[in-house]
Amino acid sequence: MIRVQREDFDIGAEIAGLTAANRRIGGVASFVGLVREMAGDAAIGAMTLEHYPGMTEKKLAEIESEACRRWPLDASLIIHRYGRLEPGERIVLVVTASAHREAALASCAFLIDWLKTEAPFWKLEETAAGGKWVEARTSDAAAAKRWTPD
Amino acid sequence: MRILYFAWLRTKIGLAEERVEPPEEVTDVASLLRWLQGRGPGFAAALQDLSVVRVAVNQDYVKPSHRLSRDDEVALFPPVTGG
Repeated sequence: MIRVQREDFDIGAEIAGLTAANRRIGGVASFVGLVREMAGDAAIGAMTLEHYPGMTEKKLAEIESEACRRWPLDASLIIHRYGRLEPGERIVLVVTASAHREAALASCAFLIDWLKTEAPFWKLEETAAGGKWVEARTSDAAAAKRWTPD
Repeated sequence: MRILYFAWLRTKIGLAEERVEPPEEVTDVASLLRWLQGRGPGFAAALQDLSVVRVAVNQDYVKPSHRLSRDDEVALFPPVTGG
């Protein structure tokens, strides 16, 4: 399940809702991304997330399908927020559920790694020096690449 | 053809979206980018370093050799930074 929204989300309620009707699930893994208060040496006042409506949902759905193809998942959920967020606020939630922990943990890591390099989101940080677009990290590309066989 | 700009490409170019009728020599993504570069200082600045410009056509990532048609939705944006 994919949701792209401005509003915050309740992690406990989301996980409970995802797993409530399925007694085959034995393990749930989750990742929550938060706005950090620092960007290097600069304090962040807020961060604004821009995205490409339509392509965002399409890419997230493709990534989720790929995870379901690779692992025996009973349920999965990706929620990604957009708009202006302050330090400490939640940005993204990835939840995966399976009969056993291995599939849940691995697919959760896969989803967040791929989301970071494929989903069309951009972060604008507000600091005392003005607004600055966050640059993509080469370590994120490397993290996503480890899921691709050579 | 509809072109969308995001993040710093949008702010440098000063447009979020436009409709264009490129000349006949624009047949693929590479030639579209060359044509756009010549449309003014904002375009030249935003498209100066194409190694940091990603292109999607009809909401899928494409390579410079991707052939274009008149009713395509083309999006130009920097490497993504979500998550």
